[in-house]
Amino acid sequence: MIPAQFDYIAAESAGHAIELLAEHGDDAKVLAGGHSLLPMMKLRLATPELLIDIGSLAELAGVGTDGADLLVGATTRHADLAASDLVRTEAPLLAYAASQVGDPQIRHRGTIGGSLSHADPAADLPMALVALGGTVVLQGPAGTRTVGADDFFAGYFETALAPDELLTAVRIPRRPGVPWGYQKFVRRANDWAIVGVAAIDGRIALANMGPTPLRATAAEDAFAAGASPAEAAELAADGTSPGEDLHADREYRRHLARVLTRRALEHEAA
Amino acid sequence: MTHIELTVNGAKQSGEVEPRLLLIHYLREQLGLRAANVGCDTTSCGACTVLLDGKSVKSCTVLAVQADGHEVTTAEGLATDAGLHPVQAAFRQNHGLQCGFCTPGMVMAAVGLLAENPHPTEAEVRTGLEGNFCRCTGYHNIVRAVLAAAQAQAEQEQAEAAEVRA
Repeated sequence: MIPAQFDYIAAESAGHAIELLAEHGDDAKVLAGGHSLLPMMKLRLATPELLIDIGSLAELAGVGTDGADLLVGATTRHADLAASDLVRTEAPLLAYAASQVGDPQIRHRGTIGGSLSHADPAADLPMALVALGGTVVLQGPAGTRTVGADDFFAGYFETALAPDELLTAVRIPRRPGVPWGYQKFVRRANDWAIVGVAAIDGRIALANMGPTPLRATAAEDAFAAGASPAEAAELAADGTSPGEDLHADREYRRHLARVLTRRALEHEAA
Repeated sequence: MTHIELTVNGAKQSGEVEPRLLLIHYLREQLGLRAANVGCDTTSCGACTVLLDGKSVKSCTVLAVQADGHEVTTAEGLATDAGLHPVQAAFRQNHGLQCGFCTPGMVMAAVGLLAENPHPTEAEVRTGLEGNFCRCTGYHNIVRAVLAAAQAQAEQEQAEAAEVRA
């Protein structure tokens, strides 16, 4: 499978990439690791006229701290996120989620900014961002804005990112030593979650239970009010209407959400 | 067309490529390096695995232009005048293959794995090769081969260290 023809520009800086986006808008797509975009282009589900490559921009990669936040550059690759001592200490759920993406080869290429922008509701990092209450930093011609995880994911593969904006960084509240749980149910190696659950500090996020990663708010409220993990988990699928595919029908996904939420809450590890 | 310059198996390469040319097709069709195979063509099976700056990647999901300025190693680049690479030798010794289609990708994934984790447990080998499918062997001899290669590399390093001391 070969993508349709496109023009290619390796951006010289984040600012250059934003200029190119302003000029080309919807006709352009940003390329980083390419592990969501290139498969779509090979299937001709995406046919951009221009690829703006930000994959080699050092200014967008790497991990640091900024006050109470962990600051993760958009082109930080999953393998580097998973191996970072800083991330493993300050946001271990994020490091673990990165280690669960695909397989080693995919983690060597895929980036956090790419995974969040792609917004696959079954993916690991969007669910992790929602559980962690992170924010994304979006830069465009009009300036920089930050958007919270609960507002960033707008629909199935849709985000709050405007066509002329670039996701440049991710902010995650630092929470060393806070217990967390992560459950991902798959049938095949290197597959997406049939259902996933990430829990930390009273927040519970679900993967593949709807068009975006979701909060299990009824379970969160019950847990906050003193319910046991088992009692709270019974409410994990409330208000959800997950899709059906060859792996699972709607009721089975709702069952998985309840079981995996119980396990995530029971097995929260420091 | 876009101009690219990269190092493949230690040799400088340059040329004009269409931006949409995939790295696997650049390697196979433009450079004639046919070890890496196109298997699933969907980032799943790992038959196209090569090393990009020393890290395993699936070359069916990398554009040749993304390799501009970087180093690529394919299975052709492993053996030296002194003989097979320890991972290649271990695959032969342990019969870590049947039909051989997945083998170049499997070997490159194993080389990448051992570079990151030189002394893996059996479980770490199995999860470390999660991105490579073999439809013949059931994986047992492949895992054995990678563990044997790790052992051989460790012994080789010890011998080299002893030589330096002597």
